[in-house]
Amino acid sequence: MKASSNLQRVLDSGHFAVTAEIGPPKGANPDVLRKHARNMKGYADAFNLTDNQTAVVRLSSWASSLVCLQEGIEPVMQMACRDRNRIAIQSDALGASALGVRNVLCLTGDHQIFGNQKEAKNVYDLDSIQELMVLRSMRDEGKTWGGDALDSAPQLYLGAVENPFGDPFEFRVPRLAKKVAAGADFVQTQSIYDMERFEKFMDEVRDRGIDRKVHILAGVLPLKSAKVALYMKNKVSGMSVPDSIIERMKNATDAKAEGIKLCVETIDHLKQVKGVHGVHIMAVAWEEKVPEIVREAGLCPRPTIVESVQ
Amino acid sequence: MRIIGFVCRDSALPAVEHAASKEDPYPSFITLVEMPCTGRVDVVHILRAFREGADAVFVAGCLEGNCKYQYGNIEARKRVTLTKSLLQAAGLEPERLEMFNLASNQGWRFPEIVQEMVSRVERLGPNPIGKVKT
Amino acid sequence: MIIAEQKPLDFVIETLDEHKNVLVVGCRSCVAVCLAGGEKEAGILKESLHLHSDLTGKGWNIEEITLERACEKEWVREMASAMEGKDAVVSLACGVGAQVIHEMYPSVLMVPGVNTVSMGAPDEQGIYMEKCAGCGDCVLHLTGGICPVARCSKSLMNGPCGGSQKGKCEIDPDTPCGWDLIYRSLKEQGRLDLMDVLIPPKNWRLSRSGGPRKTVRKEAVQTPEEKRIGGASQ
Repeated sequence: MKASSNLQRVLDSGHFAVTAEIGPPKGANPDVLRKHARNMKGYADAFNLTDNQTAVVRLSSWASSLVCLQEGIEPVMQMACRDRNRIAIQSDALGASALGVRNVLCLTGDHQIFGNQKEAKNVYDLDSIQELMVLRSMRDEGKTWGGDALDSAPQLYLGAVENPFGDPFEFRVPRLAKKVAAGADFVQTQSIYDMERFEKFMDEVRDRGIDRKVHILAGVLPLKSAKVALYMKNKVSGMSVPDSIIERMKNATDAKAEGIKLCVETIDHLKQVKGVHGVHIMAVAWEEKVPEIVREAGLCPRPTIVESVQ
Repeated sequence: MRIIGFVCRDSALPAVEHAASKEDPYPSFITLVEMPCTGRVDVVHILRAFREGADAVFVAGCLEGNCKYQYGNIEARKRVTLTKSLLQAAGLEPERLEMFNLASNQGWRFPEIVQEMVSRVERLGPNPIGKVKT
Repeated sequence: MIIAEQKPLDFVIETLDEHKNVLVVGCRSCVAVCLAGGEKEAGILKESLHLHSDLTGKGWNIEEITLERACEKEWVREMASAMEGKDAVVSLACGVGAQVIHEMYPSVLMVPGVNTVSMGAPDEQGIYMEKCAGCGDCVLHLTGGICPVARCSKSLMNGPCGGSQKGKCEIDPDTPCGWDLIYRSLKEQGRLDLMDVLIPPKNWRLSRSGGPRKTVRKEAVQTPEEKRIGGASQ
């Protein structure tokens, strides 16, 4: 079992990191996870396993993370605040660490109204910032929240999410600063189509010196069609998709190829943005395209950083 | 047959006076209740009318936008809508109740309104309360 | 105030079932303000139930009474003579009043005539918005006078989530984002610095999560001596 996170080693050594998302299945059969893991192995430094994304019941992130470990790839376990209280969050963090999961992403979680359990009671005992505070204190002080000592502290690299396209825009960077102060080691952003707005966001990030305190991985999501692009624009909360992108997808002769091309172009541009330390590829329902995207973006092979002997 | 009409003093009643006269009165099964404004018609007045055995009830007021009391007729319409749903839940057909708007010089509307309510009663039958009420 | 909404007449009729002697109880307080259960509404419900009874030959005996405040025993006591011979009460008072009524008249079927919805206030006539979640630990001084527990759909404490768009919550385009409101309020007050403060995990023990809450105002509680001398209050 590795002591430290591969993602952390890649980022701390100054390499441009790559993470990719795997969506767990809507069922009890992990075969599709194994298939994706085998297909994507070697094309990213760590793989996010989403946590009941959009409040739709799926194979849990922790179990999916374990499958990834079995397949020899490094998971990033996601823990949304919607479905579990501080007791479960701390308990699941201990469990994850015990099984060899070294990366945990803390996020608020989409409201349950989006999913297939609309009548559920939500939790939100903690918000994502408080979740970071609690997990950081567990890791660094070896105590549960409230001061009760643990016999063994979890080893976790803590991540947070930021949406440069949420409102109010003026608060987005201060909110990121709060997450860093609360304990975020790395941040993955919502997928970027509106490069102008993202660059504005990064200007402010650099002005405040936040890029020196946290590793930011910019999010990209390859579009399959103009229809998907429109859906993202209108139906997904917190997304900004400029009309020019919709037009480009509409006018393409091969929409899928165009979507991949656009994604690779976006990554190429992001590599040049100062303060961006990596890319997070969310090939939703299109995981099989990740190897191609990573290759086309010139991000292969992924670095192997040897773990220092402790 | 027994039909109750809540009529406003400013438009509906003058319209009635245009349409009917001592020599040619409106049918005797119609009982008109003069209101200063249809906005004064309460839900309980209508419910009570049905409880007392009315086969149909109508509320007639000024054309919307022309109410002497600004929007009494709009309030009346909302109450009529509410009362229709109460009638349905209580077990009476909501069509037995209706709201009408007319101007004071539209005398010809009054016999139309009467005819409309009469045909509804003929279609739905008399108020069953007449039989069941103990 | 407490916001409530009438249950459908069908429900009241069905729940009364075989009970023939019914008292409809209204309240002049919150439910009168939100037009769900005041004297007027009690009168309408009584007439509607009577109409149904007359139409179906059920022979119900329906009476009505409207109390000043149904949550206080000194007024609920006033119902006593009206309650004689009754086998059911339809409460248009909120869930609190309904339960206090039940405590004083426990042998009678309690039919809730309203759904108690929230603690809120009218935005305009007829439109009532939830404002307070009764968390037991008010932080309005930190959030520009706007409650993050009640008015943020996720009760977040450290600013809006990523789903806040153009001042609206991700759950509904009509729902304002509570944190957007807080942000604007603090901005207007020149207190945006409060947005940067890390608020630690909330003590939910003080909220309903910790169990049904008992609140005591020591000075008002009658000592045994006072009770002996003056007779118990309420």
